[in-house]
Amino acid sequence: MENFKPNVALFIPCYVDQFYPKVGIATLELLEKLGCKVSFPAGQTCCGQPLANAGYERDTIGTTRHFVAIFKNFDYVVAPSGSCVLHVKEHSPRVPSLEKEQKELHDKVFELTEFITDILKVERLEGRFQHRVGYHASCHGQRGLRLASSSELNQIPFNKARKLLGNLEGLDWVELDRTDECCGFGGTFAVTEEALSIRMGRDRLEDHLQHQVEIITGGDMSCIMHLEGIATREGQKIKFMHIAEILNQAIT
Amino acid sequence: MSHPENATEFLKDQAKAKWHDETLWFVRDKRDRISKTIPEWEQLRDLASQIKDNVLVNLASYLEDFERNALQNGIKIHWAADAEEHNQHVLRILQEKNCKAIVKSKSILTEECHLNPYLEKEGIEVVDTDLGERIVQFLNQPPSHIVLPAIHLKKGEISDLFHEKLQTEKGNDDPYYLTQAARIHLREKFLGAKVAITGVNFGIAETGEFVVCTNEGNADMGVHLADVHIACMGIEKILPRRKDLGVFLRLLARSATGQPITNYNSHFRSPSPGKEIHIVLVDNGRTAQLAREKFKNSLKCIRCGACMNTCPIYRRSGGFSYGSTVPGPIGSILSPGLDMKKHSTLPFASTLCGSCSDVCPVKINIHEQLYEWRQEITKTHGEFGKGLSMKLANGIFKSPLAYKISGNLMRAALRALPDSMIYHPLNTWGKSRNLPETPTETFQQWYQKNRP
Amino acid sequence: MSSREKILAAIRGVSSESKSLPEIPDFRLSGDLEEVFRQSILGNKGEMLSKAEFKKWIPCMNFQKVISLSAHFRTTGNLTLPEDPHELEDLGLAILDGQFGVAENGAIWLEDTNLGLRALPFITEHLVIVLDRSKLVETMHQGYDLVGNAHSGFGLFIAGPSKTADIEQSLVIGAHGAKSLRVVLV
Repeated sequence: MENFKPNVALFIPCYVDQFYPKVGIATLELLEKLGCKVSFPAGQTCCGQPLANAGYERDTIGTTRHFVAIFKNFDYVVAPSGSCVLHVKEHSPRVPSLEKEQKELHDKVFELTEFITDILKVERLEGRFQHRVGYHASCHGQRGLRLASSSELNQIPFNKARKLLGNLEGLDWVELDRTDECCGFGGTFAVTEEALSIRMGRDRLEDHLQHQVEIITGGDMSCIMHLEGIATREGQKIKFMHIAEILNQAIT
Repeated sequence: MSHPENATEFLKDQAKAKWHDETLWFVRDKRDRISKTIPEWEQLRDLASQIKDNVLVNLASYLEDFERNALQNGIKIHWAADAEEHNQHVLRILQEKNCKAIVKSKSILTEECHLNPYLEKEGIEVVDTDLGERIVQFLNQPPSHIVLPAIHLKKGEISDLFHEKLQTEKGNDDPYYLTQAARIHLREKFLGAKVAITGVNFGIAETGEFVVCTNEGNADMGVHLADVHIACMGIEKILPRRKDLGVFLRLLARSATGQPITNYNSHFRSPSPGKEIHIVLVDNGRTAQLAREKFKNSLKCIRCGACMNTCPIYRRSGGFSYGSTVPGPIGSILSPGLDMKKHSTLPFASTLCGSCSDVCPVKINIHEQLYEWRQEITKTHGEFGKGLSMKLANGIFKSPLAYKISGNLMRAALRALPDSMIYHPLNTWGKSRNLPETPTETFQQWYQKNRP
Repeated sequence: MSSREKILAAIRGVSSESKSLPEIPDFRLSGDLEEVFRQSILGNKGEMLSKAEFKKWIPCMNFQKVISLSAHFRTTGNLTLPEDPHELEDLGLAILDGQFGVAENGAIWLEDTNLGLRALPFITEHLVIVLDRSKLVETMHQGYDLVGNAHSGFGLFIAGPSKTADIEQSLVIGAHGAKSLRVVLV
C-alpha cells in the first residue's frame, strides 16, 4: 500500500451535497486516511439518474457529457452511493464522439466500499464502534453492482460492507429477517407510488426495530433518507448513519 | 385505474396486505431454500436461458418441426394469429363435437385470450378445474397470480363462497374440508365432459410431444376422461429436445413453489385409440414482441411466478393492481407490448430493485426491461396527452425534495410543463415522511472553505 | 396468407445472430440413492413401503375394487381393466409398475404400457407404484437419458399424491386425483 497513492476524484451525489454534506466529508477523510490523494472536482451536478429512471434517459446526454469532462482525467472516481455509480455505469446514455472516454471512465468509477475492498485491497480495518448496527443493502448496490451476494442466488455469501464493518471492535452486526429487501425509495417511485413506498419503508424499519438495532447504516443516503424520514415522522428513536461516517469515526 | 391508485386501495386493508406480503414471502423463501440444495442451480439457470435464446433465434424451424412431428403422431394442429382466432378454433372444435360443457385446467393463455366469456356467450359451460381457478371463477374474477390464482383470498371468504355455491357448512373454513367439497363437485364435471382443455408448459420440437405439469392432477383427470383434448399453446413454449426438459423440470417447480417437482408431469405424444388431441398454436402479439430487440427475451418466460413472489411491489399491491392477465414484474414487461397505453403505468410500478431478475429461472433481465419500457412510454408523452408521463412528471415536480434533488437537470424537462404542475401545492414526499434537516452549508461550500 | 404462414413469416422477418444450443452436463447427486429417493417421496407427501408392509397394508384397507397391472402383484387385483375409464369412478386402488424413479425429486416414470388406461392413476382413490430398486437414477438428466427416444403415446412422471395449496397456501392432500401415493421398492 505504501507506494500506491491513487489520484481519486470524489463524486458526490447531488442530494448528498445538498442534504448530507457530513457524508461527503466523511468519505473524503476516510479515503485520505486510507492513503488516497483525493480531490473534489468543481462543477459537479446531478448524474441524471432521476430523469433516466423516470424514462427520460435521452434527456441526460448533456449531463453525461459534463460528467465525462469533469472526471475523465483521474485514476479513479469514487462515490458514497451505489445507486449513482450504477447509473453512470449502466444507464448514462452513449454520447456520440465520447465512446472511448465513457468506456474508460466506467471502468474506473467505484462505489466507496467496493473501492476500499477491491482496489485499495483493504482486508481488515482496525477501529472501534460500540453499537448494534443494522445494514440496509441498497438494491442498486446489492444487485446492480453486486456489492453483496443476493439472497436469491445460489452463491457463496459475501458482503463488502460487512467485510469493512465486521472487524470493528464492539460493532454488533444484526442479522435481519429479510436481508436484502427493497426499502421502497426507488427515486421517483417514492412519490408516484407513495402508498407502496411508505409501506415498504415501514416494513424495512420494523425488521430493524424488531432486532433492537441502534443504528441503521448503508451505502446509499437515498434509501436512508427515505427510511429516516418515516422513522422521524413516527417518532422512532433509531439512528441513521452512512457507512462512510461509521468507518471514518471508527478508525480515527 | 392506474397502478398507484389500485395499490393505495389494496393497502387500505393493512392486515390483509401484510398477510398477502408474508404469505408470498413464505413461498419465495421456500424457493430460496430449495434452490440452494442444488449446487448447479446457477448453471441450470444459465442453461435454461441459453436453450431459450436458441429457441427464439430458431423459432420458425422449431415450430415447423414440432408441427410435422405432432401431425405424424396423429395430433391436429391449428394456428391462431390472435386471441380471436384462437377462440374461434376452440369453438369450432366444440361445435363439431356438439359439446356444450367443457373442463379446463390452468392456462394463462386462455385467460389472455378471454376464452371463457367467448365460449359462455355461445352457451357453453366452462368449468375451470384448478381449485384456485374454480374459486376465482365462482367469484367472476380473473386469477390474481399465475401459479396461485386465489392467493388474494382468505379462507373465510372461500368458506362463504363455497357455502353459497357448494352448500358447505356455514363457517367451516377448514382447507381440507373445503378442498374435499370442491373435489366432489368437480368430479362430476370431469365425468361429464366430452372435451377438455389444457395449457402447455413445454412443446418439444424433436418429438412433437407436449408437457403439462400440475399438482392437483386436474389436467389429466379432464383429458383422459374426455374424448377430445384441446391444448392451447403460445408459440414461445417450444423446446428443441426432449432432454432439455431435464433442465426445465428441475427449475420450474422449485422456482414456482419451492417443491422439487410438480406431482404430475404428463407428456402427450399421441391420442389414445379413438380419441383426439388438438393443439392451438397462438401468436397474439408474440411475434411483435420478438421483433422488439430490447424486449424479445421476455418470451423466454416459463410462467413460474417466482418474480411475483419476490416482488416487494406485487406482494404489497396484489395481482389485480396491475390490471393485466399476467401481473407482477414479468407482466409489466409483457403487457405494454400488447397495449402500451392501457398498461403505461406498469413499468413504473417498480423500484428497479432487480430481485425479479435474480430469481428468474431463465434469467430474463426483467428489471432492465422495465427501465427500457419507461424510456419507450415517455416518448409517447404527447400522444397520450394526460397519460402516465404527465402524471409521473406531476409526481416528481410536486415534490420539492425531488425537485431539489434533480436540481439543474430538471430545468430542461420543466420547460415542457405548465407552471401549475411544477408549483403544485401538495407535497407527496412529506405526507408520511419528514424531509431531512437542511444543513447550513452544502458539501461544495464546505469543500471550498476547508480545502482551498 | 394463412395464419400459419403469417406467423412463420413474422418470425423469419426478425433478424438475430445465431445462438448455439448448449450441451447439458450430466449433473449428478451425492448421497445414498435409495435414501435420497425415499426422502423425496416423503417430502412430496407420498409414502414408502416394503413389500411386506404393503402386503400387510392391503387387507387393512378393505378396498372393494382393486386393479393391479403390476407384474409383482398380479393376483392382488379383483377387477380387470374396463374399456371406458368412466367405469373406474369408484376404484379404490390401482397398483402399477413404474419404469424408473428419480432420486432428486421422487419422480417415477410410467408410460401407456404401465398404465393400461391413462386415467387410471388419477381416477383411482389410492395409488401404489411398484418400482425395482435397481431402477433408481440420480437426477432428471439421467431420467431423460433413460426415457431416450422411446415412443409412447403418453408418459408421465408421478412424484406424489394429488395435492393443492390454493386455500391460503395450506397444503391439502387429495385434490382431484389419487388421495395417496405409496411406493413399494422391490
